[in-house]
Amino acid sequence: MRLTLKIWRQENASAQGALQTYDLDGISADMSFLEMLDVLNEKLQGEGQEPVAFDHDCREGICGTCSLMINGEAHGPEVTTTCQLHMRSFNDGDTITIEPWRADAFPVVRDLIVDRSAFDRIIQSGGFISANTGSAPEANSVPAPRDKAMRAFNVATCIGCGACVAACPNGSASLFMGAKITHLGELPQGQPERYSRVVDMVAQHDHEGFGGCTNIGECASACPKEIPLDVISQLNKDLRDAMRMGL
Amino acid sequence: MAVSGLIFIGFVLTHMYGNLKAFAGEESFNEYAHHLRTIGEPMLPESGLLWVIRLVLIVSLVVHVSSALILARRAGAARTVKYAVKKNKHSSISSRTMRWGGLTILVFLVWHLLNFTIVKVNPSGGETDNPYQLMVDTFDLWWMTLIYLAAMAALALHLHHGTFSAMQTLGWTNSAAARTRARTAGWVLAIVIAGGFSLVPIFVLLGVID
Amino acid sequence: MASTVDVSGNTVLTTPPNQQSDDAHGYYTLGEKIADTKAPAGPIKDRWTTHKMNNRLVNPANRRKLDVIIVGTGLAGGAAAATLGEAGYNVKSFCYQDSPRRAHSIAAQGGINAAKNYKEDGDSTYRLFYDTVKGGDYRSRESNVYRLAEVSANIIDQCVAQGVPFAREYGGLLDNRSFGGVQVSRTFYARGQTGQQLLIGAYQAMERQVAAGTVTQYTRHEMLELIIVDGKARGIIARDMVTGAIETHLADVVVLASGGYGNVFFLSTNAMGSNVTAAWRAHRKGAYMANPCYTQIHPTCIPVSGDHQSKLTLMSESLRNDGRIWVPKKAEDCTKDPRDIPEEDRDYYLERIYPSFGNLVPRDIASRQAKNVCDEGRGVGPMVGDFRRGVYLDFADAIKRLGEDAVREKYDNLFDMYERITGENPYEVPMRIYPAVHYVMGGLWVDYDLQSNIDGLFVTGEANFSDHGANRLGASALMQGLADGYFVLPNTIREYLADGPFDAIDESHPEVVAARTEVEDRIQKFLSINGTRTVDSYHKELGNIMWEYCGMERTEDGLRKAIDMIRELKADFWSNVKVLGTADSLNQSLEKAGRVADFLELGELMCIDALNRRESCGGHFRAESQTEDGEALRHDDEFAYVAAWEFGGEGGQPVLHKEDLVYTAIEMKQRSYK
Repeated sequence: MRLTLKIWRQENASAQGALQTYDLDGISADMSFLEMLDVLNEKLQGEGQEPVAFDHDCREGICGTCSLMINGEAHGPEVTTTCQLHMRSFNDGDTITIEPWRADAFPVVRDLIVDRSAFDRIIQSGGFISANTGSAPEANSVPAPRDKAMRAFNVATCIGCGACVAACPNGSASLFMGAKITHLGELPQGQPERYSRVVDMVAQHDHEGFGGCTNIGECASACPKEIPLDVISQLNKDLRDAMRMGL
Repeated sequence: MAVSGLIFIGFVLTHMYGNLKAFAGEESFNEYAHHLRTIGEPMLPESGLLWVIRLVLIVSLVVHVSSALILARRAGAARTVKYAVKKNKHSSISSRTMRWGGLTILVFLVWHLLNFTIVKVNPSGGETDNPYQLMVDTFDLWWMTLIYLAAMAALALHLHHGTFSAMQTLGWTNSAAARTRARTAGWVLAIVIAGGFSLVPIFVLLGVID
Repeated sequence: MASTVDVSGNTVLTTPPNQQSDDAHGYYTLGEKIADTKAPAGPIKDRWTTHKMNNRLVNPANRRKLDVIIVGTGLAGGAAAATLGEAGYNVKSFCYQDSPRRAHSIAAQGGINAAKNYKEDGDSTYRLFYDTVKGGDYRSRESNVYRLAEVSANIIDQCVAQGVPFAREYGGLLDNRSFGGVQVSRTFYARGQTGQQLLIGAYQAMERQVAAGTVTQYTRHEMLELIIVDGKARGIIARDMVTGAIETHLADVVVLASGGYGNVFFLSTNAMGSNVTAAWRAHRKGAYMANPCYTQIHPTCIPVSGDHQSKLTLMSESLRNDGRIWVPKKAEDCTKDPRDIPEEDRDYYLERIYPSFGNLVPRDIASRQAKNVCDEGRGVGPMVGDFRRGVYLDFADAIKRLGEDAVREKYDNLFDMYERITGENPYEVPMRIYPAVHYVMGGLWVDYDLQSNIDGLFVTGEANFSDHGANRLGASALMQGLADGYFVLPNTIREYLADGPFDAIDESHPEVVAARTEVEDRIQKFLSINGTRTVDSYHKELGNIMWEYCGMERTEDGLRKAIDMIRELKADFWSNVKVLGTADSLNQSLEKAGRVADFLELGELMCIDALNRRESCGGHFRAESQTEDGEALRHDDEFAYVAAWEFGGEGGQPVLHKEDLVYTAIEMKQRSYK
C-alpha cells in the first residue's frame, strides 16, 4: 500500500519542531506500524536524510517504550501498543499523522521521542513497598484474598507507556498513579504505607506539572492494557481517607 | 469541586420540585414563594433560612468556580503544545464540555437572578411583585423560553457528567457495579432536573399555565 | 563412568575430559586450563552457607564510601541495585532504556521456579538442582546450580513482600503450576506476565533507593568501554544517548547485568535494543567469554512474514499440549488452504518420529525438526528467502474433542495475540509457527562469586554463563536473575569490597584517558566512513548467516563457511557502512552501529566455539554428532568442560581456556525422548 505520512520532526528539546510530509510506497499489510517506520528510515538514509527517531524496544507490547500519537489516537486505532499495531488497520492511500506524546511533563527529546522520567519520580515518591532484601517473611504466612490479588494483578499490568497522559484532555497522569496505588493498596503487604503513599505520589504528580483529573475517561480508553477508570476512584478514596487521618 | 457540586445538585433538585407548584395555580405558587421566606419562624427571623441557604450556595459557587479555574489553568499548563490531530475515543460530550457548560450556566444564573430575585425584571413590562405573574409573563415570550431551555440543556449536560464525576472524585465508584450506578445517577438527575425545570416554561408557552 | 575421590573428600563422578577431535584447528590457540578457584568444597548442601560465612563483611560505615557501578536494570541488575543500595553502598545504575522498568526481563511470560514444595509433591532443593543440571545437559557447574536451587525459595518470599501479585488459590495462598516437562508443580506465576511483575517489583525497590539517595540512575546511557586500572575494573565509559556526551564513571567495582546477546541473529524474541556491547567491551579488555555457542531456540514463535520483519514474538509452549504439528507430505500442497489438504496428505512429523513424546518433545528437538521439514521444501506460509518457514499448529482436533469454548478458555489470550499479529483466526485456520532465538546460555565466564577473571568485574543474570549449561529449563531464567541480584551477588561482592575503598583515581589517569579516547575514536570512525549501506542491512545479513550456519543445526563445513562470510562482512562494514547524523545528539543509527560492530566479532567467536565443540548437547546440535536415529549425542569424555575464550587481540586468534566440569552430587546421563 501507499501512504502519506505527516511526522513531527524536532532536532532536540530546545529546537522548533514541525510536521514533515513523506510519501511511502510498498508497505505490506502484515508489517507492524514500527516496521513501516523502519522502512521509511531505510529509505530516508538511502536518500542521505537522517532517520526519524522514535522510541521502541521489546516490540511485543510489554515494555512500554513505544508511544506515538497516530491520527490523534494514542497508540493508534486499536486497543494495543503501537508495536503491536499492524498496517492492516490502515488503507491504501491513507494519510497518517504521527506526533509525539504531548505533555509539558513529557518534554520532546527528539522527533517522536519524549522524556517520561516524571513517571520514575512519581514511583520514587512512594510507589513501592518498603521491604529490604532478606527481611521478608515466609511467602504463605500472609494469605491475600484471591479477588483482591486478582484486582491487584489486573492493574499492575500497567506498562508505564504514558498513553493515559497523552490522551487526557487535561494532561493528567491519574490513571498511571491510580493503577499503582490500587495495585499496592489491594495487597496486605501494601497496607502499612497505603495512605502516606497516595499523599506523596499525588504531591509529586502535581509537582511534575501533570494536569488534574476531571474524570473524562479518555485515559482508560487509550490504555493498551485496559486499566479501568475505577483505579482513579480508588486513588481518590485513599486520598480522602488519608486526609481524614490528617496526613 | 465534588462536594460543592453535590450541594448544587441538592439545591436544583429542590428548586425544580418547587417550580412544579406552578401547575397548582397562582395562589399555590405564590404561597410557596412566600413560605420560603417564613420557614423556621419564629425561631429564625423572616428569610432567615433562605439567607442561610443563600450563604451556603454562594460559598459553594466560589469554591466550585475557583476549583474549575485551578483545574483549567493546570490543564492549560500541562499541555502548552497542542496536537495537530486529536480524537476523542470514548468520552462523552458532557465530560468534555464541563468548562463551557459551566460558564453558560454561570451567565444564565446572573440573568436568572436579575429576572426573578434581585432586580425582578419583567421582560414584558408587567408587574414584578407577583412571582407567578412574573414567571408567566417571562415565559410567554418565546425567546425567553428558548433561553431558559438552552440553559437547561447546558445544565443537563453538566449534571450528566458532574454527578458521575463527583462520585468518582469522592471515591465511591470502586467497582463496575458502582460505576454503572454513578453513570445511571448522572442520566437520571440530568433528565429529571433539566426536564422538570423545562416543563414550566414549555407549558406556559403552550398556554396551559397562564 | 569411573569415580574418584578429590582432595576435599568428595566423590568425583566424572573423569576429566580429553578432547580428541579438533575441528577448530587453525582458528584458535589453546591456553592454560582454568578452574573455579572460589568453588567451595564439602557436601553440596553446605557449600553456600559455608562460603557466605567465610566471605568477609564490609563495615556499614565504610559502605557509603564504596562506589558500585551496575550496568543493566533487568532482574539481575535491578535487584542488585536495590539490595546494594539498601545495604548502604553508593550505587550508580545504568540502562540504555528510558526507564529501568523497561529492561527486557519484562517480557518473560511463563513463571519462576522455586523449591517451596507447597504442593507436597516431592519437590526439594535437591530435585530442583537435579532437574536444572539434567535440563542443562550436564554442561553447568554443579555448585552454582545447587546454590540457585537453594535461594529460590527466598526469592518468592522477597517478591511477595514487595507486592508482586502472584496467582493465588481461593484460600489466598500462592498457586503453582507445572512447567517445562518436570514432574512437580513448582512454578509461581502472574498469568502470562510473570517477568513483568517481578521486574516491576525489583524496579520499585530500586526506585525506593533512588529516593533514599543510595542509588543514582542513569537512563538512556550506554556503556561503551570498561576501565581497568592496575588489573582491577574501576569504571566505565558511557555515552549519554540524548546529548551524545561521553562520560567517565569511576567506582570500586563494576557489575555487568546487561543481558543476553540473542540479537546477534537479528531476528529473535529479544528487545530491539538488547545487545552484547557491555559484555563484549569487557571481553576485549580480557574477560573470558564462556560457551558462546549455547543458544536456546524456542519452537513456538510466530513465523516471519516477510523481509521487513524486525522481531519475533514468542507464544507460550503450552500450546503444544493440545495443538498438533504438521506439514503437507507433498511440497506442491504447501500453497493450498490447509483445510483442503486431506488427512492422508498431512505429515504429523513429530508424532511420526517420536511416537511416545509426540508433539511434547523438548524445545531443541521440536525446533530442529521444524527446520528439517522446511529445508525439505515442505514449509508453509509466505516465502522468506528461498523457503517457506512455518509449520502448522492445528487445533481442529482439540476443538472437535473439547469444544471451541474449552479451547478458548485455555488459550484465548494467545489466540488473540496471534490474530493481532498475523490477521488470521486460529479457531478456523491452523496456526503457523516457527522456531526463534530466545535465550543464550553462554556469557562472560565467572567464578562462584560471580566475578569474572578480571578483578572487580562481576557479571550476573543472562550476561554470565554459569547456571544453565547447554540448555535452560522453562521458568529458570527469572529464578537465576533474581537469585544473582538479591541473594548471591550481595553476599559475594563484599568479599571483594572488604579490601576497598581502593586508591582514588581521577579522570586524567592514562588508562581512563585511553579508554575514553578509544570510545571517541570509534564514534568518529563510524561517522566518517560515509559508505553506502545502512547499519540495519549489515545486521540482517549477519543474522541470516548466524541463523543458517550457527542456528538449530551446525555442521563443520557450515561453520567454516560462516566464519569466512562473517569476516568478509565485517571488513565490508568497516569500509562501507553509512551512519548519518552527529555524535553530539540523539542518534539511533550511531547506537546501532556500535552494537552491530560488536555482534560481528561475537558471531565469529560463536562459530569458532561451535566448531570446536564436536558434540551435540542442549541447544547446540552438531550434525556430525548424532545417533543413528538422528538424536543428539553428547561426548562427555571429550567435552565435559566449559569453553572460556580469551580475546586474542585485533586480528589475532582467540585463546581457549578449558574448565573441567566436575560432578560430585549427580551422575551424567544421556537424554532420550523416543
